[in-house]
Amino acid sequence: MSHDEYQRYDAKILTPSFIVLLAFTLIGFALIAVRFIKGIGAVSNMSDGYPWGIWITYDVATGTAIACGGYAMAILIYIRNRMHYHPMIRSAILTSMFGYGLAGFSVMVDVGRPWNAYNFFIPSKWQVNSAMFEVALCVMAYTTVLLLEFLPAVLTTLEKTEWKTLQLLLDILYSRMGMERPERIGDRLDKVKDLAAWLKPRLDKVLIFIIVLGITLPTMHQSSLGSLLLIASTKLHPLWYTGFLPLLFLINCMFIGYSIAILESVISCYAFKRPFETKELSGMARIIPWLTVIWLSVVIGDLAWRGQIGAALALDFYSGFFLLEFCLVAGGSLLMFSGKKRESIRWLFVSAVLIVLGGALYRFNVYLIGFNPGKGWHYFPALAELLITVGIVAFEILGYQVLVKILPVLPRLHTRQQLDAEHGVAEKA
Amino acid sequence: MGKPSRRDFLKIIGASGAALLAGRGEATASEAHQVNNETIGMLYDATRCVGCKACMAACKRVNSDYGSLSYERATFDTDGLWDAPQDLSGSTRTLIKLFKESDKQWSYVKYSCMHCQKPSCVSVCPVSAMTRDKLTGTVDYNKDTCIGCRYCQIACAFSIPKFQWNKAIPQIVKCDLCKNTNLLNKGITACAETCPVGAITFGKRKDLLAEANNRLRENPGKYINRIYGEKEVGGTNHLYLSGMEFNKLGLPVLKDEAPAEFSEKIQHTIYKGFIAPVALYSTLCFIAIKNMKGNNDADKKTAEHEKKGEKTNEP
Repeated sequence: MSHDEYQRYDAKILTPSFIVLLAFTLIGFALIAVRFIKGIGAVSNMSDGYPWGIWITYDVATGTAIACGGYAMAILIYIRNRMHYHPMIRSAILTSMFGYGLAGFSVMVDVGRPWNAYNFFIPSKWQVNSAMFEVALCVMAYTTVLLLEFLPAVLTTLEKTEWKTLQLLLDILYSRMGMERPERIGDRLDKVKDLAAWLKPRLDKVLIFIIVLGITLPTMHQSSLGSLLLIASTKLHPLWYTGFLPLLFLINCMFIGYSIAILESVISCYAFKRPFETKELSGMARIIPWLTVIWLSVVIGDLAWRGQIGAALALDFYSGFFLLEFCLVAGGSLLMFSGKKRESIRWLFVSAVLIVLGGALYRFNVYLIGFNPGKGWHYFPALAELLITVGIVAFEILGYQVLVKILPVLPRLHTRQQLDAEHGVAEKA
Repeated sequence: MGKPSRRDFLKIIGASGAALLAGRGEATASEAHQVNNETIGMLYDATRCVGCKACMAACKRVNSDYGSLSYERATFDTDGLWDAPQDLSGSTRTLIKLFKESDKQWSYVKYSCMHCQKPSCVSVCPVSAMTRDKLTGTVDYNKDTCIGCRYCQIACAFSIPKFQWNKAIPQIVKCDLCKNTNLLNKGITACAETCPVGAITFGKRKDLLAEANNRLRENPGKYINRIYGEKEVGGTNHLYLSGMEFNKLGLPVLKDEAPAEFSEKIQHTIYKGFIAPVALYSTLCFIAIKNMKGNNDADKKTAEHEKKGEKTNEP
């Protein structure tokens, strides 16, 4: 796999959207500061009845599923052997990296005593019965794996860079101070370049083992995100409380992963004015309905087995949210079953949106909407609480926008056309 | 019989190995939840309680200064006499409530940690900040390990652990049977010591059960004929007698199986001996490397093909 498959997107970094996103990010981080000074209660509506609010439900439970694009793409490319999707993986990994990194960050905002988190690394404190323990370790490990998977992009850039901006900065700095620039800075920069050049082929050799680790870890912790609620047998509504929670969460993150990979590609092609990757996307969309069909059958089968079909059709508050989740996923999948609709970017986009919304709503249903701690407890996120989540998401998009402009992340355009041509020839032959 | 041959030796080794494995199997089987009635707890008799809240005041007086848990008190009320909390919270470990159905049907109820035999909070705590003392059965919390994830609050069927939402350095608060205070100094919990009408009995679980059964037998018609906590969620060490249905007193209707048994069963099935993840990783590695090799070969072939093509084009 050569690194020439990717290219930097040459464009200005300071765009209007950059400034808007930066504003949201700053508001969010200011509120995070308030949270650390005055306590969680000062910014959130969480309570002893609803100890997990929007931060855990969205940023962690749903955010990591939305960040499963890298996981889904890795399965497709390396396990199902569809190497022609390889040019798309780097941007998927970048979004996964942001998703997971920021989920970890959100957890540190959400937990009350983050300074004690080092206990996760002390074996005598390990509590292997806890799904949370498994999720925490796996997510930390996977974030590291994602960083390693993304490292080639950084190394390629470092290797080829001429440090133009840095040189310019140094020149200005030294001329301001009225000094000669010392030689050794140049030497050091060269050393960094050498190191990057030395490291890259070595990393390439072991990268496949890291990539496979990057498939194993999400399989483990995405299912454990479902296991987290297994203990709440008395609080989670029977529509969602089932021993199949781990399996449902696993399949759920896969179809969200493929759908989000489609959405990311469509949105970034639209935003960066690149040709749509229709062929790849429609190929990928073929997998999704099969996953959702398995998921929906497990859901229905499980409800029937536990005798809860009546509750699902009761048309009350809970049944409403269940049916909405169910119909969004089923509707999106129905669209994707049709080969014609899969060829149209518009329909691909619509069905992927439906499936992501439905899949995400499922996670909201399990973590918040279907969670009922008893009489007298209510929860709706506070404005400040929402703004912290918005700030973190804004930071995520901001980081993606900036990094694709300084690192080779997006698929190289001319290679892509070549690949298409080759593909066409192969199909004819 | 001569010296034992190599074969005999192997046989012996094999047999003892099998015996060891079998023994191990038994050990794991007996790990399943068992109720220990020698542990300590409390029996609360709602028919005796007069709702004076002396237990609440005593609890605060005795436990408030333990650890970092000093309660915010109004300057005019340094003794906490007029502190009248509505619910258990980050500054209240035990609480008396009144449930009134009609002028004739009403009852007080005391809330505090149930000290389950198989506690959910202990099962879910990722860093072992919640622990259950094997000897006394006390479910205790250690703020020096706790990361504040509040999973114990999600897990507890009784919603007992409370979090200090308005503190920059918060912690979980719940009853620990005066483990480090009154129990240590006087051998009895502060609430049981203070109760003027004997509504709270402190003792070993077996004695409490015997006493409760006694009261049920001797006063037919006075009580709901059941001890709450005897079987609920695998048994609790805080037991209740009442003249009103327990769920009317805010004590949830629960199954006999501990929720932690079910969740741990699933978690253990998936992660037993870490075999499944390792197997998954190796299988995926095998497939991925095979795929990579196949593709590299294909790449080489096309590359060679191109080279040949170039050569033929040259002249």
